[in-house]
Amino acid sequence: MKAGDLAEMALRNLREAVLRNSLTTLGVAVGVASLVAMLSLGVGLQQLATRRLSRSGLFDTVLVTSRANLRAFGPNSATTRQGPATPLDDDARHSFERLPGVVEVYPQIRFMTEVRFENNPYPTMVAGVPDSSRGNGAFEGIQGSFFSGANADEAILQIEFAKDLSPQTATLIGKEIVLRYAERQSLGTQSATGASPGQADADTNGGFSIIPREKRLRVVGIVETEPAAGFGGIGNGRVLIPLSVAETLRAAQANDLRDVLRGTSSKSTYTSLTVRATGPSKVAAIEKSIKDMGFAAFSLLDATRNLSLFFTIFDMLLGIFGSLALAVATLGIINTLVMAILERRREIGVLKALGAADRDVSQLFFAEAGVMGLLGGFFGVGFGWVIGRAVTIGTNIYLKRQNLPTTDIFSVPWWLILGAIAFAVIVSLGAGLYPASRAARLNPVEALRYE
Amino acid sequence: MTENGSIAIRAEHVSRHYQMGSALIRAVDDVSLEVRSREFLALLGSSGSGKSTLLNLLAGLDRPTSGNIIAQERNLSEMSSLELARYRSRTVGMVFQAFNLLPRMTLEENVELPLRLAEVDRGERAGRVREALERVHLEKRLSHRPSELSGGEQQRASLARALVNRPSILLADEPTGNLDSATGHEIMQLLEEIVKSLGTTIILVTHERPLAEKFAGRIVFLADGKMVSDGVKP
Repeated sequence: MKAGDLAEMALRNLREAVLRNSLTTLGVAVGVASLVAMLSLGVGLQQLATRRLSRSGLFDTVLVTSRANLRAFGPNSATTRQGPATPLDDDARHSFERLPGVVEVYPQIRFMTEVRFENNPYPTMVAGVPDSSRGNGAFEGIQGSFFSGANADEAILQIEFAKDLSPQTATLIGKEIVLRYAERQSLGTQSATGASPGQADADTNGGFSIIPREKRLRVVGIVETEPAAGFGGIGNGRVLIPLSVAETLRAAQANDLRDVLRGTSSKSTYTSLTVRATGPSKVAAIEKSIKDMGFAAFSLLDATRNLSLFFTIFDMLLGIFGSLALAVATLGIINTLVMAILERRREIGVLKALGAADRDVSQLFFAEAGVMGLLGGFFGVGFGWVIGRAVTIGTNIYLKRQNLPTTDIFSVPWWLILGAIAFAVIVSLGAGLYPASRAARLNPVEALRYE
Repeated sequence: MTENGSIAIRAEHVSRHYQMGSALIRAVDDVSLEVRSREFLALLGSSGSGKSTLLNLLAGLDRPTSGNIIAQERNLSEMSSLELARYRSRTVGMVFQAFNLLPRMTLEENVELPLRLAEVDRGERAGRVREALERVHLEKRLSHRPSELSGGEQQRASLARALVNRPSILLADEPTGNLDSATGHEIMQLLEEIVKSLGTTIILVTHERPLAEKFAGRIVFLADGKMVSDGVKP
């Protein structure tokens, strides 16, 4: 029989027992909905994690240190390599900037400080934030605003620190805090004029003195956590200031003492540099190039791979649980079609007497199973999407009540829609195998005698 | 269509036995029969004589336990199930006592069914259906369902369905069994007309001897699965 005729007859047969077939199709739809809901939750959570992490700037950056630096990361650290280490100086910085796919290169600046607010001291960690963070979504959800300019005397507070200053964190915005920090000054050149700011520079060769300083800053924003916290820095920054401002402070950093002891170079060197790529896909090549240039480099690509592995397993488990309902639905299809064979026994006999081959009969039952699967797949995807929306709305209501930012934890990508429908059809055809073969094997003489 | 006087179908020592527990049922027992094209043959016999079983064997719906059935120079016993399906679709048409029209289909759809199974082009089907229904005088009942037709009309529709693929052999299993005598008479007249106008070979199973004697050109008697007489009407 031609495909068009087969489909027409299958639809006609399904219409004849419309209630039973609708219920069976509904069973398939529920199965598919469960599968889609589970997988879209998995995909949504994966996307949420990836989005959050990529916004954090962790996945498009490479942290570079000198191999001489004891803080070098990874297997190629100074402890495993022979020979003099290449200095992490301006030449190196410029060579990194020239690498393809590099957006910017900036030094990591973090230092301990004491914040004075309403005459109370609050010891904490300050971190410099590059102006490029303004547009990359890293500060999405900020209460207040990002720095008004790259050199603005402004600060963004981490919320826990802000709570230490005032339980009503929103009232802090616009207020002034005083940063008390230790400025590092070269023993030979008391004036820092002309020296590259923010560097563990030449003055470390002859040692340096520590001068207490103060800096007044206006609070402009409050964030949940420091974006890119814990990567390349010493602990999380709880007071964030523009990187350019941090550089001008020439604040003594934790590693300065070590640099004095080691200092052999006459050139300015950096403790570490952050190299930001145009996207995560460029990171591996940049990291390799930098390592080839003789530096220690580290990125979170391995962590990303582990994340992908975790979500693959997570999605697989969700898929298995989601498929259970579909497995039950296949039993419904088998039951429906076996019932149909009993009811249409005589009809099958007539079809065979009129020239239907066994193949025609089995294809007819297959087509009926396939149509139920297809319709169930379509409706199931719809139900699954509705479930996803409902859970997202419910979750967001809860998050709002907890004063947390809302988010979309469900995602139904095209591949999931098409895959779920295809899966429903394949599973339904699988369920139709036994009834179809049973119908095809019916003896026409016996079938024609059946009352 | 086979040539006038040539053999349309031939059964050679055909037997069909069934095992029922320890008993062996010889439904058809060593029957040999030659049916010429354009012949109107009636298989007569009492209930259980094996006439329907023989008809099913000639239709390719069943396979003989032994013996050969030759149609169009091919042995049905050696055909695959797919080849038998093609034979049923293209060479034979069947009419049943219970009409066996599909109740949810209209008359037009019922008659079109063998054309669908034979994969005849859609464009050709409507004309063929109309032609078959005109032959049985039901062309005005195209959109009716079987339940809206009388017994005689249903049997005529069944006849149209059997003829729509233009078979060379028409096999009718008690076609008048569910009809009153007048309607049965009409159906027999139609069958006679089909032999004359289309040159179709008809093998009719019946237990109504008067009808067989009136319309069939040859009468074969079966009893206990064996052929007991074979007479050509003068």
